[in-house]
Amino acid sequence: MDAWLRALTFSTGYNTSLVTLGAMLLGASAGMIGSFILLRKRSLVSDAISHATLPGLTVAFIVMALLFGDGRWLPGLMIGAGLSAAFGLWGVQHISERTRLGEDSAIGAILSTLFGLGVVLITVIQAMNTGGQAGLTGYLVGATAGMLAGEAQLIAACALLLLIAVFMLRREFLLVCFDAEYAATNGVRAQRVDMLMLLLLLAVTVIGLKVTGLILVVALTIIPPVTGRFWTDRPLRMVAIAAICGALAGYLGVTLSSVRTGLPTGPLIVLSAFFLFVLSLLFSPRRGMVAMLAAHYRFKTKVHLRQGLLALARQEAIYDALTLRVLRRHGFIRRDNVPTPLGLAAARDAEHEEQLWSLYRSLYPDEAAHLDHLGLEPISDCLPPDTVMSLESRMHPPLRSAL
Amino acid sequence: MADFLMLSLVPLVVAVIISLTCALLGNFLVLRRQSLIGDAISHVALPGIVASFLITGTLAASAMMVGAGVAALVTVAMIELIKHLGRVESSAAMGVAFTAIFALGVLMLEWNDASGVHLDVEHALYGNLESLIWFEGQHWLSLFDRQALADLPPQLARVTWVGLLVLAFVIVVWRPLVVGSFDPAFAASIQARPILTDLLLVVMVAITAIAAFEAVGSIIVIAMFICPAAAARLMTNHLGHQIAWSQAFALISAVLGYVLAGYGPGWIGVDASLSAAGMIASIAGLILLLACVFGPHRCRESSQAVSDA
Repeated sequence: MDAWLRALTFSTGYNTSLVTLGAMLLGASAGMIGSFILLRKRSLVSDAISHATLPGLTVAFIVMALLFGDGRWLPGLMIGAGLSAAFGLWGVQHISERTRLGEDSAIGAILSTLFGLGVVLITVIQAMNTGGQAGLTGYLVGATAGMLAGEAQLIAACALLLLIAVFMLRREFLLVCFDAEYAATNGVRAQRVDMLMLLLLLAVTVIGLKVTGLILVVALTIIPPVTGRFWTDRPLRMVAIAAICGALAGYLGVTLSSVRTGLPTGPLIVLSAFFLFVLSLLFSPRRGMVAMLAAHYRFKTKVHLRQGLLALARQEAIYDALTLRVLRRHGFIRRDNVPTPLGLAAARDAEHEEQLWSLYRSLYPDEAAHLDHLGLEPISDCLPPDTVMSLESRMHPPLRSAL
Repeated sequence: MADFLMLSLVPLVVAVIISLTCALLGNFLVLRRQSLIGDAISHVALPGIVASFLITGTLAASAMMVGAGVAALVTVAMIELIKHLGRVESSAAMGVAFTAIFALGVLMLEWNDASGVHLDVEHALYGNLESLIWFEGQHWLSLFDRQALADLPPQLARVTWVGLLVLAFVIVVWRPLVVGSFDPAFAASIQARPILTDLLLVVMVAITAIAAFEAVGSIIVIAMFICPAAAARLMTNHLGHQIAWSQAFALISAVLGYVLAGYGPGWIGVDASLSAAGMIASIAGLILLLACVFGPHRCRESSQAVSDA
């Protein structure tokens, strides 16, 4: 606990702080670009991209090992990973556009075959017997423990650049996400913007490799955007919230992993992001489960209250336990289920309301069909006063004739 | 030759059986555009196995299978929950669920690293086909020797049973499966129970993925599900022919992949062997690539009609 607190306040040394900062920037940029990909409904394309980095990583490692004797130079590995990920991306695009196969088959085929090729190349490296091959498996599930300061700086700098790039291009991305044709009439080249979006996604994936590992980096581009979607219906706000969630996940994950040696960073970052997601799923005020359950309960009691009052007005017996409880809570009936004066007055009002509503429904069936939850709200809240007046006068024609 | 019998026969047969089984189910996944459910399920086999190890303390095959099966069911349930309760689009829901469960698995594995768990992430990811050695397979006559046969690696019997189970499943529910693959609404209207067949298909995919997990790992098995079936889809418009093509492709990729990985380096004078599972996936991908370029039915019908006209 103490160690975690120290990590949370950035007081465990330069390297850990740098890694924390890098992971936060990475999480933020992944969350931002991932939001646009989510809006395009292509979330799992990043899964294909991340698995497709493996052959490039291994080829880069082999080439560097043959040339310099050591293949662990991070920028070189990143370039290799980026090239093969670009090939994978091209493959997914090509297969899903040019052939009859769906995008799902394209993603599955590309991610598994390129990963398989990468595995073959890993066994080639093992056969080559060069040094530093253990460093390569760190890219599978992420390893920040032994990260050099230079590597952390590189990752942080790249993530910052990406963050700025996504921020600058946010309006074009949004336009293309929602209406590519309208974007085209506005002089935005939709296809080029689309490609740029995927390239930024690719860049985030490649940078994230070292931090979360190639299998989990996809989570950073999916979970924070989905989390952001719970809190707002406005796209740019969703992007901002996703960026904050991503940064928070990176912060929590890296600091948690410094509590004990041997705790892997990548899984902890992903689980932190997932924790934020579950919190949002449960408690977000708009689409959260608790809010939805509460709304459902409110609706249910409203229906039971109205039905109970109508039954009182018509002097019918009530058997439903929930109805009795609701009526009792409002003080409309006594403990022995006899209506109170207050209850009788409310019942008369409810009966009157109900008659007005049913008259409205029979007179204007089309308009009535457009109103939600018809008949539960007080009629004067839903309809303009003159309509209510005319309904009232239609309902009591005898009164007028008596005058 | 004795070497072949002892070291290569069992892995080769296991690879062939897994490939054929996966490709058979893959046909329906590709047609239903559900390929990625295979992706999600095979990723979560690892956490299931780790959890079952932590609970039971053994690496017994039965416990591991149960663990992986439970993990697959939990994942499918979680995907549906996220999709419906959170109103999240289905591929994103899948991405949320399987990455979180996979992360949990890796965390559990690394957490218990110190206590000497005999499991590691690399093997879980890319399998270990080469470890299926038949020590008693000294001679061809061993194939008829009851005692030697009893020594066959248990994985062989397991994948055979799973293969037969999947075959039986496809034969028994053939009609609902086919109708549901092409027109779920029609299937529902004739009471072919598309939801039930969907669920059964997912369960079959899970069982196959788990059986294949030990031998080829959790990611390469996706190639076995999708590539042969996808390539076959580009060869023909007839479902029966498509399945036949997919079986042929699966057979070719398994045999060619295994032989290239095991003996390929020797042919160019290097004394080493490569990952057989990875090579099988690569060959399957190569076949798909060829089908994408040359397959007679590679284009969508509508665009083909336009180009014909």
